[in-house]
Amino acid sequence: MLQNIWLIPLFPFVSSVLLILTAGQLPRRLIAIMGAGSVGLSALVVLAVGMQFMESQTPYTLTLWVWMQIGNFAPGFSFYVDQLTVVMMSVITGVGFLIHLYSTEFMDDDSDYSRYFAYMNMFVAAMLILVLADNLLLLYLGWEGVGVCSYLLVGFWYKDPVNGAASRKAFVITRVGDTAMALGLFLLFTELGTLQIQPMLDAANSRWVTGDTIPAIAALLLLGGAVGKSAQLPLHTWLPDAMAGPTPVSALIHAATMVTAGVYLIARTHGLFLLAPDVLMLVALVGLFTLLLAAFTALNQTDIKRILAYSTISQIGYMFLALGVGAWSAGIFHLMTHAFFKALLFLGAGAVVHCLHHEQNIFKMGGLRTKLPVVFWSFLIGSAALAALPFTSGFFSKDQILLSAFELHGSTGISTWVGPWLWAGGLVGAIVTAIYSFRLVFIVFYGEAKTEPDRQPGWRMAGPLSLLCVLSLIGGYFVLPLESVFPAAAEHHVSHLIEGISISIPLIGVFIAWLVYYKRSLPVEGFTESGFGKALRNFWYSGWAMDKLYDTLLVNPYTGTANAMRGEWLDKIYHGVVSLCQGLHALLSKSQGGKMRWYATSMVFGLIVLVTLVGWAS
Amino acid sequence: MEGLIIPLNHVLILASLLFATGLAGLMFRRNVIFILMSLEVMLNSAGLAFVAAGTAWAQADGQVMFMLILAVAAAEVSVGLGLVLQVHKRFKTLDMDQAHKLNG
Repeated sequence: MLQNIWLIPLFPFVSSVLLILTAGQLPRRLIAIMGAGSVGLSALVVLAVGMQFMESQTPYTLTLWVWMQIGNFAPGFSFYVDQLTVVMMSVITGVGFLIHLYSTEFMDDDSDYSRYFAYMNMFVAAMLILVLADNLLLLYLGWEGVGVCSYLLVGFWYKDPVNGAASRKAFVITRVGDTAMALGLFLLFTELGTLQIQPMLDAANSRWVTGDTIPAIAALLLLGGAVGKSAQLPLHTWLPDAMAGPTPVSALIHAATMVTAGVYLIARTHGLFLLAPDVLMLVALVGLFTLLLAAFTALNQTDIKRILAYSTISQIGYMFLALGVGAWSAGIFHLMTHAFFKALLFLGAGAVVHCLHHEQNIFKMGGLRTKLPVVFWSFLIGSAALAALPFTSGFFSKDQILLSAFELHGSTGISTWVGPWLWAGGLVGAIVTAIYSFRLVFIVFYGEAKTEPDRQPGWRMAGPLSLLCVLSLIGGYFVLPLESVFPAAAEHHVSHLIEGISISIPLIGVFIAWLVYYKRSLPVEGFTESGFGKALRNFWYSGWAMDKLYDTLLVNPYTGTANAMRGEWLDKIYHGVVSLCQGLHALLSKSQGGKMRWYATSMVFGLIVLVTLVGWAS
Repeated sequence: MEGLIIPLNHVLILASLLFATGLAGLMFRRNVIFILMSLEVMLNSAGLAFVAAGTAWAQADGQVMFMLILAVAAAEVSVGLGLVLQVHKRFKTLDMDQAHKLNG
């Protein structure tokens, strides 16, 4: 079965190409079957591959063909399967299939049904190539492929210029990171002579010692790419705007899969990052600051999808924190559980929006608990997992991350003083996470009804929601077989006090949310309406004014310069040529007045002039 | 050659005058019927010049050309009148200045 792994990206790719070539001429049923079915077939192959892989447990490389050959540089179109790949593929095809199934109903009213599934399938194919690639160049192909599909899907409803601007923003900001990553690839190739990931990591290990400069620079550049793709500080501002796309797109691309590509990249090249402990510490700090910033922003948003977007940024911050403290498997574990519960939350939000005439403001919702019971339970379970309430999937993964941060070992092998600080920051993030996720639940599903739902989700929406509910609940009990991929994680020996704190923190958060947003017995309005409170709230609402900062620092100077350059003399020459042509054209077209007598008269006078000239000349 | 001989120059002057009359009619008349008549006058003035020249040099070519001009004029008039009917149908007028839809 392992030699058939090429089938996994092939199914969605072929389906996508067919859907593009037929340009929406196929019947809707067939489009739905092709779109969701191709991903389903891939999921089945992944299942079979995974089963067989559990027995053999040895990494497997499949070279399909040599992609290009330039001197010594011959990257293959080849796939590499190990435990990490299997986990990633399961998430992509499994969650991806559920989201595709959900989309067949969600997008039913849309006239561009076929285009939607063409892009979605192309995305899945590119994402699978990204995680299957055995060299960094092929990985980069998948990396850019998912970027393009993200651009196309964010701007899916292109008739609204706002959506177009959002997709451009997403594309350009991730491009900043991708450029850094490309530079990293160049550096690694010139230094090590290969881009094949496993030989490259071995070569790096034998060539450099921990703390050298070049691996630090290379790791830093790769981190740049990861930060861009995974929407971490300072390149996170594109993700909230990317919510302009259809909600299942946000669930698949901007929550479950693409934005976690950065986490995958760092985990995949962890051998390189281990050589650069300073960069690894930077990864942890980026994660910590991002998770705090995004959590406080999520607390103040009013748009249901933007809340989830900031929550995604925050949760990926946790994954970065895990990677930074060397808890590789905890990071990947959180990636998986996050894919389950955040896809669930996004699909639930999509169902709410779908049933409420495209209303996205949570303060115009309310009382939906009895009116949309399926969605309510999905949201409750998803929020519980997001808040890391005990025994949900999010609890196990987040707990592992926080404990690993607490017991962080420095390069000398003893615990450092940074660890507890990272742990404390993570706890603050956790309590805010619990507050904002249950704020969402209490405002949307309790209280008085403000908008009436005009329909109920059908089985194609309810089915994926229920399955994701189950996964969000039991996902924490999955044991990922990642021991052979990553260096062994240290056993956690922490006191019961620390354990107790990690369990109680989310509960406290939920309790605060209950007091403030359900009982309304905590007078927070007094604070939020005061001068300082209002300023703080607006500051957090705007995402810590990061957009404004970038606008002032980068966007406005750039557009200003471009506008100033518009009138320079070289352009004026070309504008002059254009006006000359336009003037002549206007003159000539005036002579064509359609009046026959005028034509005849001009001919006569022309003839007279000509004859006179000829007469003179001879 | 019996009888009064008209000098070639006189005939050519007459032909030129006829041609000028036709041309003036073409340029200044607005009614399409008169424009067609002016065209006929111009064609016939050319024919007259041909006949006169053919007689002056005692060659048949002038007559042949005149037959050709007659045929062309007949064809032109039939097509022209057909167009006039269509113009009248469409524009409800024979004024050619009103029919200027084909402007740039």
